[in-house]
Amino acid sequence: MTADAKRVLVLIPAFNEEANVGGVIEEVQAAVPGTPVLVVDDCSVDATRSHARTAGAKVLALPHHLGLGGCVQAGYRLAYELGYEYVIRVDGDGQHDPRDIPTILKALELGNCEMVIGSRFVDGKGSHTSFLRAGGIVFFRAVLRPILGRPVHDPTSGYVGVNRTALALFSSTFPLEYPEIEALVVLQRKRFRFVEVPCRFRPRRAGRSTITAVKSLYYIIHVLLGVFVNILKFEGRRK
Amino acid sequence: MDRLFDVVTVFSLILIVWVLSSVRRSHIRVEYSVSWLLAATVLLVLAQWRSFDDWAASALGLPDSFLALAIFAGAAFLIVLYRQSLRISGLKDSSITLAQQLAILEFRLEALNEKVQAPNTH
Repeated sequence: MTADAKRVLVLIPAFNEEANVGGVIEEVQAAVPGTPVLVVDDCSVDATRSHARTAGAKVLALPHHLGLGGCVQAGYRLAYELGYEYVIRVDGDGQHDPRDIPTILKALELGNCEMVIGSRFVDGKGSHTSFLRAGGIVFFRAVLRPILGRPVHDPTSGYVGVNRTALALFSSTFPLEYPEIEALVVLQRKRFRFVEVPCRFRPRRAGRSTITAVKSLYYIIHVLLGVFVNILKFEGRRK
Repeated sequence: MDRLFDVVTVFSLILIVWVLSSVRRSHIRVEYSVSWLLAATVLLVLAQWRSFDDWAASALGLPDSFLALAIFAGAAFLIVLYRQSLRISGLKDSSITLAQQLAILEFRLEALNEKVQAPNTH
């Protein structure tokens, strides 16, 4: 990660992903050769860190478990401090196909938005989504439509790219637990724009998702509350 | 009814002793014990000050004075819990920021070490 290679960074948040992270890094390197890859290890108890280093990524190792939002924000903070222009987030579980990174990057480089969402629904395919998640997506589409003033097809997608303007915002203000949906509201409050591009999603290769059926109800309540708090809140405590 | 007031009195005293002993053993920091001690003291005073409870019950239209005491006790502990939630939220924010900054500093230190060691390897 040299000082002059400051244009694009691929950010991979990972928590106990030793079975997947190495493969994801290799796929990223094949899709965008020479692009630095930063794995943010959310205090995994398995060999995620060493697998990531072996595969050729730099590792930002968090001293304790912060959850997805805190983990991603740490990566955004570092990327912002290092001066990167674009950051593309790819999940460490292998569900995001890194071959779509150039599509996201191209949309960011057009310069007519601050954030690009890799969407599994924008082309109408909607691949590899559980029934529960699909229901949640439909629900949050309806909730977000009037708030954002435009439709969003895949509000729960974590396959996103941001430019430096959004990076500056997210490195100081980022939702901490289930960040994807709330991040859209944070963007809207700043009058930032987003676009969706079609991306391929796959089933996770190994391990289990941290969002279980039982957690889904908590997820919906938490995110709903977060959305409305973000609408109401003034520029508050957390900087 | 008197017995209920006595129970509240004993409960308040136990709470005060418990909190003070926790402070003494450094299980609770002094600044976090103040809310609990204050709430327990208010409860103790109200459990003993029956004429005030009678007045409050009649002012609130309650059938007996113990209900007034229960309402005051509930309100006092809700306030304490809310204050603790505020503190926990603030501390969580701080700990997240600290963890992120520590990780970033370690990352930069590692990068510097690599840079320093790189010429020595040739």
